[in-house]
Amino acid sequence: MAASSPAAALPAAVIDASRRAERDARADKLFRGLLAAAGIFVLVTLIGIALSMLWGGREALAQFGIGFFFSAEWDPVNQKFGALIPIYGTLVSALIAMLIAVPVSFGIALFLTEIAPNWLRGPVASAIELLAGIPSIIYGMWGLFVFVPLVGEHVAPWLNDHLGSWPLIGPLFTGPPLGIGMLTAGFVLAIMVIPFISSVMREVFLTVPTRLKESAYALGSTKWEVVWDIVLPYTRTAVVGGVFLGFGRALGETMAVAYLVGNSVKFTPSLLEPSTTIAALIANDFNESTGLHRSSLLLLGFVLFVVTFIVLAAARLMLLRLSRKEGNA
Amino acid sequence: MNSAVIPAPDAGKAAVERRLYFRRTVVNRLALVLGCAAALFGLVFLFWILWTTLSYGLKGVNLDLFTKMTPAPMSAGGLLNAFFGSAVICLIAIVIGSLLGVAAGTWLAEYAGNKRIGTVTRFINDILISAPSIVIGLFVAIVIVMQFKQYSALAGAIALALLVIPVVVRTTDEMLRLVPGQMREAALSLGVPQWKVTMQVLYRAALPGIVTGILLALARITGETAPLLFTAFGNQYWSTDLLKPMASVPVVMYQFVGSPYESWQTLAWAGALVLTVFVLLLSLLARAILLRNKTSHD
Amino acid sequence: MTDARLAIATPIVGATGREVAPAGATKMAARNLNFFYNGFHALKDVNFNIAEKRVTALIGPSGCGKSTLLRIFNRIYSIYPKLEAKGEVLLDGENILDPKYPLNRLRSKVGMVFQKPVPFPMSIYDNIAYAIRHYEKLSRAEMDARVELALTQGALWGEVKDKLKQSALGLSGGQQQRLCIARAIALRPEVILLDEPTSALDPIATGKIEQLISELKDHYTIAIVTHNMQQAARCSDFTAFMYLGELVEFGATETLFTKPTKKQTEDYITGRFG
Repeated sequence: MAASSPAAALPAAVIDASRRAERDARADKLFRGLLAAAGIFVLVTLIGIALSMLWGGREALAQFGIGFFFSAEWDPVNQKFGALIPIYGTLVSALIAMLIAVPVSFGIALFLTEIAPNWLRGPVASAIELLAGIPSIIYGMWGLFVFVPLVGEHVAPWLNDHLGSWPLIGPLFTGPPLGIGMLTAGFVLAIMVIPFISSVMREVFLTVPTRLKESAYALGSTKWEVVWDIVLPYTRTAVVGGVFLGFGRALGETMAVAYLVGNSVKFTPSLLEPSTTIAALIANDFNESTGLHRSSLLLLGFVLFVVTFIVLAAARLMLLRLSRKEGNA
Repeated sequence: MNSAVIPAPDAGKAAVERRLYFRRTVVNRLALVLGCAAALFGLVFLFWILWTTLSYGLKGVNLDLFTKMTPAPMSAGGLLNAFFGSAVICLIAIVIGSLLGVAAGTWLAEYAGNKRIGTVTRFINDILISAPSIVIGLFVAIVIVMQFKQYSALAGAIALALLVIPVVVRTTDEMLRLVPGQMREAALSLGVPQWKVTMQVLYRAALPGIVTGILLALARITGETAPLLFTAFGNQYWSTDLLKPMASVPVVMYQFVGSPYESWQTLAWAGALVLTVFVLLLSLLARAILLRNKTSHD
Repeated sequence: MTDARLAIATPIVGATGREVAPAGATKMAARNLNFFYNGFHALKDVNFNIAEKRVTALIGPSGCGKSTLLRIFNRIYSIYPKLEAKGEVLLDGENILDPKYPLNRLRSKVGMVFQKPVPFPMSIYDNIAYAIRHYEKLSRAEMDARVELALTQGALWGEVKDKLKQSALGLSGGQQQRLCIARAIALRPEVILLDEPTSALDPIATGKIEQLISELKDHYTIAIVTHNMQQAARCSDFTAFMYLGELVEFGATETLFTKPTKKQTEDYITGRFG
């Protein structure tokens, strides 16, 4: 051993050790540099995505200015483009999806955390999560083959007859019973985002401390009262975060909507008539577009990206708040 | 209970209490029934969609599906070129995406985690996970396809890799942070340099989790259509050239299912069935790995 | 369990010689050692010796700095940012806090075992061979011999010799901890630092580790941090009592436990605080 070896032998051992130490330190530095490069790449990608689309859309922005976002015209023949209708369609279809998905997801989370017997929770939760695994194009195909005929033959005529003549909301439900339109698209979108929202809700419901729930039960509260008065207030921000996460997904979803929304860039108040969304319009037109048309589509892509970014960032921040509360507790 | 102190409730009060109790019970029952209905709603659509895929898809599943090329309208054929293209594109994507994702995830977990830049990257990454895939497709279309004026399988693979990266980054980051700090200290205290410790000890400990993340990412990109539309495009014929357009199952499905030709629609559904089965098997496998690892550690 | 033919070096003095004075046999020493955690002054002017081939125990209430002190002796603290040690720590007269002192040389000479047993996620054999491979190129047979030697010295060979290829995660907690000790021994260190090595173990496993420590001190210089005063009394030759980042008292274990000179020490060992 070095400690007991003669003095003459020491320097060689020391030199060897310091050489190895230097080599290790260099390798460590290189390794760290490579990893950091990959990390920075992720960061730069996001900025790159936003900038690339803005850059691609510069022609349209120069041509139409800020008016692009307020014009309802989309006319490839006369080279006039405005974003209002696809933006409107994107928001409305996503809102319809949320109107359906939020209460259903809440119900599922309620079922999975409070109602179902223990042996049923795992399988049902897994089944619902499988819904999230199905590729979105299959939702679109299912919608086109199964759901569109159903809406066209039964739902749309019924809505026409019963709600079509109502004041205010009447115009939303008039039009030929084609089966396609924002209502259909929104409904299928709802099924798509339900697994995302419900799994977030379920997870955050499970973070509520048992003692909190138990003390409420001890006061004689019913299950519903415990959920409504204890669980929901405790998890409020995270639940809203989950809803926003689903909203972000619904805004950007392409393939499920592309078949179902009708792809018509003309304004219609009716939810039963063909319309379009940003994602569907891009998917349909991009490969055939040139020049100003393509530039306008890229600018639309930029809008979609910015909007979803904001929604998703808000969702993340709200979810982070609960985990921070968890950390402090 | 001391009845001398607490007066017995009079009849009217008792009636109010009963009514109140009745109302609370009814509201509770209603909520529970609606909760069950919601779960049923989700399950019904899951099975409905699976059933539709199965019943339409089975009509097109035969040997030709896997041995013939995509046909011209109204003639018979298969999806061989599309299966091949999907396999090639996804394979490249998962390799590129996993390497970069594991590297970036390691950086977050081991080096940058608590620094500001680490926090920001983690946040951005979490957003990228849910970012619309069509936007990723547009990005690659602008940066690669429009620059080289050529659709290519490679561009498609890059677009899918960008979808893989955030998923793998997150799981790598999470799994490495689950490795106890003392394991790092024990390995470093032996004088082994950090890069070796990471590659040989920490990755081994985090491996099941990282593999699960990669499998889930693979499941996700297998069915992705939108990012391939503007990058890999499609190809009616057999092609092995990575720098040329290449067919893929989801894009073929997208083109065929919207067509008026029944033979194309049948093929599209057959592709959908194969895709769904593959994706569901992958996610089951991922779960199994995670589960087995959890029990073996206890 | 003692295996004389495996002894790497013969002890200078009798193994049971508690009466031996530390003078002249200082293996490691802290000189005016100060330590800062994000600016918090965690160790204050610590001066203290670790005697060669003896067991030195560090005791004191939680947060007194005893683990911090131990973690400076092989610079393991330096993997975290914002930690700073000032002063000198000498190993055979050389200052290991000098950035020029090669880290891998230090860590091959000063091994460390932690509170929780942390076997690496690989086979029992590879757990031992892992670090050796980093330092030396050995033939298969040489490596087998080294692994056997380390496991024997770690008092584990008999229990694992038939399952060397199995995952180390399958061992019991006590076995895992002895594996960690064997892993540290395998590099032929001169000093072994033990940071509360038995606090996660049951009494029987603890007894085995303590027995192992008393065997190991024939060949190695050992420093042990412990919460358990009986443990310090049972297996150490010298004991240092620390309180609030200061070294209050240091001396032969017997003296410190029977005739403490400082009031704080007396209060602690008689259980009046801590």
